[in-house]
Amino acid sequence: MTDLIRAKEPFRFCTRLHLSELTGLRATTLGQLLALIKEVPGSCVYHHTHRFLQQHQYLSPEPPNDFAYWVTDIIGEDELGERLASIDTMQYSTIRDLREKIAATIENYLKDNPLAKLQFARSGEEFHFIKSVSFILPTNYAAYDLKEFSEILKKITIDSIYFHIFEARLRFEKPTNDFSFWIENSLGDKELAGSISGFDPYTRTLEDLRETLVRIIEKRISG
Amino acid sequence: MARIEEYIPIVGQSLIDDLGLLAERLKGKVVQHINSTPVGGGVAEILSRMVPLLNGLGVDTKWDLIKGGEQFFEVTKKFHNALHGRAEEITQRDFEVFMETSKQNIENVDTYGDIVFVHDPQPIVLINKKAANKWLWRCHIDVSNPNERVWKFLMDFIVQYNSAVFSAPSFSRKLPVRQFLIPPSIDPLGDKNKELPQETIDSVLKKYGIKKDKPIVTQISRFDRLKDPVGVIEAYQKVKKYINCQLILAGGTAEDDPEGIKVLDEVREKSKDDADIHILLLPQNDIEVNALQRASDIIVQKSLREGFGLTVSEALWKSKPVVASNVGGIPLQIKHKYSGLLCHSVEGASFAIKQLLSSPGYAKKLGENGHEHIKNNFLITRHLRDYILLFLSLYHPEDVIHLC
Repeated sequence: MTDLIRAKEPFRFCTRLHLSELTGLRATTLGQLLALIKEVPGSCVYHHTHRFLQQHQYLSPEPPNDFAYWVTDIIGEDELGERLASIDTMQYSTIRDLREKIAATIENYLKDNPLAKLQFARSGEEFHFIKSVSFILPTNYAAYDLKEFSEILKKITIDSIYFHIFEARLRFEKPTNDFSFWIENSLGDKELAGSISGFDPYTRTLEDLRETLVRIIEKRISG
Repeated sequence: MARIEEYIPIVGQSLIDDLGLLAERLKGKVVQHINSTPVGGGVAEILSRMVPLLNGLGVDTKWDLIKGGEQFFEVTKKFHNALHGRAEEITQRDFEVFMETSKQNIENVDTYGDIVFVHDPQPIVLINKKAANKWLWRCHIDVSNPNERVWKFLMDFIVQYNSAVFSAPSFSRKLPVRQFLIPPSIDPLGDKNKELPQETIDSVLKKYGIKKDKPIVTQISRFDRLKDPVGVIEAYQKVKKYINCQLILAGGTAEDDPEGIKVLDEVREKSKDDADIHILLLPQNDIEVNALQRASDIIVQKSLREGFGLTVSEALWKSKPVVASNVGGIPLQIKHKYSGLLCHSVEGASFAIKQLLSSPGYAKKLGENGHEHIKNNFLITRHLRDYILLFLSLYHPEDVIHLC
């Protein structure tokens, strides 16, 4: 067991709860989907690329975004669906960039496959654009060292872990996730911070993500 | 009635803690629910559970009712059917009856809440009393293909509310007010969903003369054409050619509904030569519904139209494999091949039932995934959280809200 460094400022766990706001906007064809992706608020793009993670937290997070699911299962354009599903969200630090990548992927596909524009969703299977409204509030949990940190990680809601790993980075345009930032800047443990920011959280379920984080940190504590 | 602490073993301490933290943000505000009936129907059922729980969390919550005579409720029933897209003849007199009763309610109902939460069309005109307080309109009906005349009539009132709430994305339309998606929920501690001892399940089967000697396929729904009970029998008959199973069709009595009696007659006629089809006219008895669901191997919900279809959530919560139509709120509850099987036809339903009866391992996995999905998304605790967030949204127009 290594001696634990105690931070001057604790890591204060927040949680993020969300409400889905309906826009009334719907797409029946890929052309409509593309046009709306370009114009809807960023909160919509965020919702449709992250909703699945929270609502299906027990499953392997696939398909990872609503656009890919709709394009594959409803429109039947498997290849485009695969391209959308495999967009590496970790490469994009803002919703703006992510939106541009999604739009460009559809646009390029339609250029190469003009017949795909003719596909349409049956009545009742349209793509409905929804906005994610986030409410962020502090919890009563705070950690001064890695031991306390890992104990809290075991019991905090999945919403809190989600907020610090996903939303803080992409929606608040921070350079890294909150956990890595605190571990590096308050505990001075650059290596541990790097190993947390280095893995792709989008390829895990949220419970799996919690277990992985706890395992990495406990391994570090035991030296 | 369950207390909020009793949900901790189901959803975890930290989730209940979050609800408490959120509720604190509403200190000093009075939330007033208004609907048309204290018992019977989904709205009253959910309010009777949520109001005490919200109060238990510290959100000062009241529940008031509007009044109306027989004529008024005949009109609102016609409105309800018309909003669901059914052909109804709505006369000018119907609108007058609706407005006359609404005016009386405006005079008699005190809308004292800081947040007035109006449920469904019956009390919608109360918005004319709007003062400095906030008003919400909750639509529990599938309005994806409404009768335009009724919808247009209601729109004049809807646009005066601060926000509207719908149960499924397909119910939303472009509106000049904010609209939120809040699906309904089930109560895991209520009689319909709580764990039951095996003896209770067995005694209900015994009461209805059902033996457990072959797999049980069940649809629980009132005898209504939109629930397609005849289609369920046809699907069962196709399965029965290959797999010896039995079918339970169980639903509420329909004495006051001439159309329902007609459907029931058709169902009886269709099933008269098969002793393995059990048509059960259930009284309002949640324990019996619970027991029948738990005794089943597969649950079917082959509706042609559906509001949300909470019977699907009830079945999935019991880890049952479900075959259901891809309508209304059902696709929110079932992701095809992940947490159940969706179908569009009698043939599709029968194929899915056969598949599940022949592959118990697959069926079990779907049921387990379904249980987790309901636990994460459709329990009353999620509903409480959404309502509290909805109330807070009335004071915060932005997309990211820091409640620090």
